[in-house]
Amino acid sequence: MTPILSVRDLSIDYRTRRGPVHAVRDVSFDIAKGETVAVIGESGSGKTTLAISLIRLSPRSAKIVKGQILYTGASGTTDIRTLPEDELRAFRWSECAMVFQAALNSFNPVINIWEQFVDTARAHGMKDPKIVHARAEELLDLVRLDPKRVLRAYPHELSGGTKQRVLIALSLLLKPQLIILDEPTTALDILTQRSIIDLLAQLKTALGFSMIFISHDLSIAAELADRMITMYAGIVVERAAVTDLFYRPRHPYSVGLLRAVPRVSGVIGAVASIPGSPPDLIRLPPGCTYVPRCPLAVAACSEREPDLVPVDTPDHDARCIRWRTVAEQVGTAEVAVVEKIVV
Amino acid sequence: MTIVRPQAIERPLIELDQVSRTFKVPDGTITAVDSLSLAIGSSEAICIVGESGCGKTTTGRMLAGILRPTSGRLRYEGQDVWAKKGHELSAFRRAVQLVHQDPYASLNPTRTVFQTLAAPIYRHKKAKGGRDATNRVRHLLEVVGLAPPDDFLVKYPHQLSGGQRQRVAIARALTVDPRVIVADEAVSMVDVSIRISLLNLLLGLRSEMGVSIVLITHDLAVARYFAREGRIGVMYLGRMVELAHSEALVSDPAHPYSAALIAAIPEADPRITRSKDRVELRTAEVPSLLALPAGCAFHPRCPLAEPGLCDVDVPALLPLPGTAGREVACHVAIRERQPAAELLA
Amino acid sequence: MTATALPRSRDSALPRPVQAAIEFLRLLSRRPSGLIGFIGIIFFLVLAFIAPIFVPNQELADVNSIYQTPSLQHFLGTDNSGRDVLNQIVQGGREIIGVALVTAFLTTLIATTLGAVSAIVGGKVDAVLVAVADIVLTIPYLIVLIVISALARPTNFLALALVLSLLGWAGLMRQVRAQVLTLKERDYVEAARSLDLGLFHVVFREILPNMRSYIVIHFVLAMTGAIYAQVALIVLGLVPFSGKNWALMLYFANTQGAFYFRDAFWYVFSPIFAIILLQLSLVLFVNALEDIFNPRLRSS
Repeated sequence: MTPILSVRDLSIDYRTRRGPVHAVRDVSFDIAKGETVAVIGESGSGKTTLAISLIRLSPRSAKIVKGQILYTGASGTTDIRTLPEDELRAFRWSECAMVFQAALNSFNPVINIWEQFVDTARAHGMKDPKIVHARAEELLDLVRLDPKRVLRAYPHELSGGTKQRVLIALSLLLKPQLIILDEPTTALDILTQRSIIDLLAQLKTALGFSMIFISHDLSIAAELADRMITMYAGIVVERAAVTDLFYRPRHPYSVGLLRAVPRVSGVIGAVASIPGSPPDLIRLPPGCTYVPRCPLAVAACSEREPDLVPVDTPDHDARCIRWRTVAEQVGTAEVAVVEKIVV
Repeated sequence: MTIVRPQAIERPLIELDQVSRTFKVPDGTITAVDSLSLAIGSSEAICIVGESGCGKTTTGRMLAGILRPTSGRLRYEGQDVWAKKGHELSAFRRAVQLVHQDPYASLNPTRTVFQTLAAPIYRHKKAKGGRDATNRVRHLLEVVGLAPPDDFLVKYPHQLSGGQRQRVAIARALTVDPRVIVADEAVSMVDVSIRISLLNLLLGLRSEMGVSIVLITHDLAVARYFAREGRIGVMYLGRMVELAHSEALVSDPAHPYSAALIAAIPEADPRITRSKDRVELRTAEVPSLLALPAGCAFHPRCPLAEPGLCDVDVPALLPLPGTAGREVACHVAIRERQPAAELLA
Repeated sequence: MTATALPRSRDSALPRPVQAAIEFLRLLSRRPSGLIGFIGIIFFLVLAFIAPIFVPNQELADVNSIYQTPSLQHFLGTDNSGRDVLNQIVQGGREIIGVALVTAFLTTLIATTLGAVSAIVGGKVDAVLVAVADIVLTIPYLIVLIVISALARPTNFLALALVLSLLGWAGLMRQVRAQVLTLKERDYVEAARSLDLGLFHVVFREILPNMRSYIVIHFVLAMTGAIYAQVALIVLGLVPFSGKNWALMLYFANTQGAFYFRDAFWYVFSPIFAIILLQLSLVLFVNALEDIFNPRLRSS
């Protein structure tokens, strides 16, 4: 089955005074129909740049220097990167929609929610207000909100969780096949996070769309993702099925990240931070960018950037020449890394 | 592992005694904190957790002497803080320091790290002359893990990462030799991969220098890690609903709200998180602070709520019978002499 | 390693003031218009304050050379009495720029002090100061200026500067107050207070340095305002100055009817150009100041 989205060797640079910032480098991954992929990384990893480039919402200072974004819909496969403006507008929202972070001023503050729906619908060809109203009510019901109360309200009158649900509802307006979510649970309270995660799981089952979400929060990947990609300094360092990545990581950064996140259940385990800070994305070192922070780095690591190679479990790639050493440390048991690492 | 038992705090270093704090807003009055009592000893690591609007930040700021309680007493070393004046009040202010949440706002952008750290050193005569001051600044930078210190002295805040800025903020708090540090969501805006190291730094200050640390956070996982040798207090809509040793709270929560939180937290472990038992709450609506429910503020959502009991009297924070060092504010749990987690199972 | 009071910047062995000056010019050159403005200001300062030391005042009246067009002898021609125009330009900058500098200094001082005090002390003091500022703001500036000048007849330029600044402080005061009210709530100010660093430190080391660019920019703009105010007053003949002044040249040009003589073009327009070019330099420079004060743009 052709994947619904296939990203190939995507590289994106930002133009700055000090030189081009290589925010995303040679990123490749596939999303199958109905699959949920989590792109996990911290600040400076390039995950947000990657996500907004998928529907070409990047700022003008960002330039896709190479690569393809192949979307396969009902009408065949197209490269989003080369799509002309009018077809791009048709693609956006009806094939692929984006859910932004509710906490970050994603609403127009001077119009109410009904008008946001109307604006969005009109921008994508739905002009009849009766149809839009019916659809808005249907969608708000779907996300468990009271349409009568919410449609009349202004964004500042709604709580963070409610706003996030409205953004999810808005994204579903034209029944897209692919939804991109940017940090959907960040800055939300625990109980609200839980309700949004449960909602996304239900919608996924009911409507069958594919999802990409980008986050620094490993737990949302653990909850919802089928496959997971970890990014560091603009490149993919590991991609695997979610259980493989959590229990059998093969890249030192993935291991480091998993060890750095404490849990509430289970034993505390060998929790530890990753020393150092993310690299300067303008002047990249010749070899692997993780070397300054990597406990397993050897001389060969600094010679050239490693390729993404398959490792011992199926459909699992890691960008590390010492992945076998990582495999020895972490093993294959279906147990959290903090409980079994022997470093 | 040393377990700090609340009853053992006979001489608390700092304590809030039936403290309340209200704010006037255009629509009425908000009770951000209601009749809260909390005693903290020296060399203690304690965590206050809760969701937004629960009053934890207000509590932290009252502990640090930045906000004055509208009723109740704040006591430091047994004495009423707000009855103090002049240099006694300043001495208290210096003894309890606050570390802010936002590393991008906590340092003056026009001053170098050296200037920021040297100002309190000079002001409070903690050094004799320029050379001694620089050495003291260097020492503090090393204590907070910014080495080599000379690399950081002439840097401006915008040249540092979020984690480094928080370390400078902690160093700044240490310049006046505090006895208590209140860290208000101090790791929430910092990269995930370095949170643990900051928490370890704070815990190190406690074990090496005897400073009590009060960590305020909404992240229960962070709370559990930080307070693993201490207590966690859970707040809901302005009240402390549970206060217990962290492992006891996490494994067997006594209050239904704590149980709901722990059951709801998404965990960084697929097997655990996809098989967690939920605690179903009766409604998802959170009451507004302007119109708190009568009786127990949690009763409209609580699966154990009993009409006639929970919607009438506000439950007091009482020791849970049959346990050591656990306090809970729940009529049903106290009456049944069992933690809510077991009643819900 | 011996510890000195503050380690030198590791990049260079130059003393700090020289480093700061180089940094200033480097940032300025990022904005060519700002650099042009800066050069213009230096030019006029030299012209007004240094050139007169070398170029003596020429009072010779030569009736035979009225309104002459520019020549090697008289670069900008002559006026109605045959006096050299260029000489008058050289001599006439001192007063107008001097008054502008003093006015800007006084205005900024009054506005910053009152604004900061008002914001920090709050309460009744704040209410009173804001009310006073509001009253001053509603006064029609030019008309009151004219009335006061007509009544008080300031003869020396310091008095004029004082009058101008007493009328012009209110706008900046309210803005300073608003800025300080905001900055007062910043986390680092709160930290400074809980570290007990004292009111002086909080105001002068924490709050005002974050308003540096604001204050300097308003200083320069206050200068432009003061220059225009002087021109208005002098050309209308309200201020009985006897010295040399570009605006005075215009006054005489007006009263002597020079506007009707084509040959008097240079006499009339030299002071106008001088004033306009000075104002332009000030404004262009102000545009670049924002960059200079932003610590993020300094080299790391």
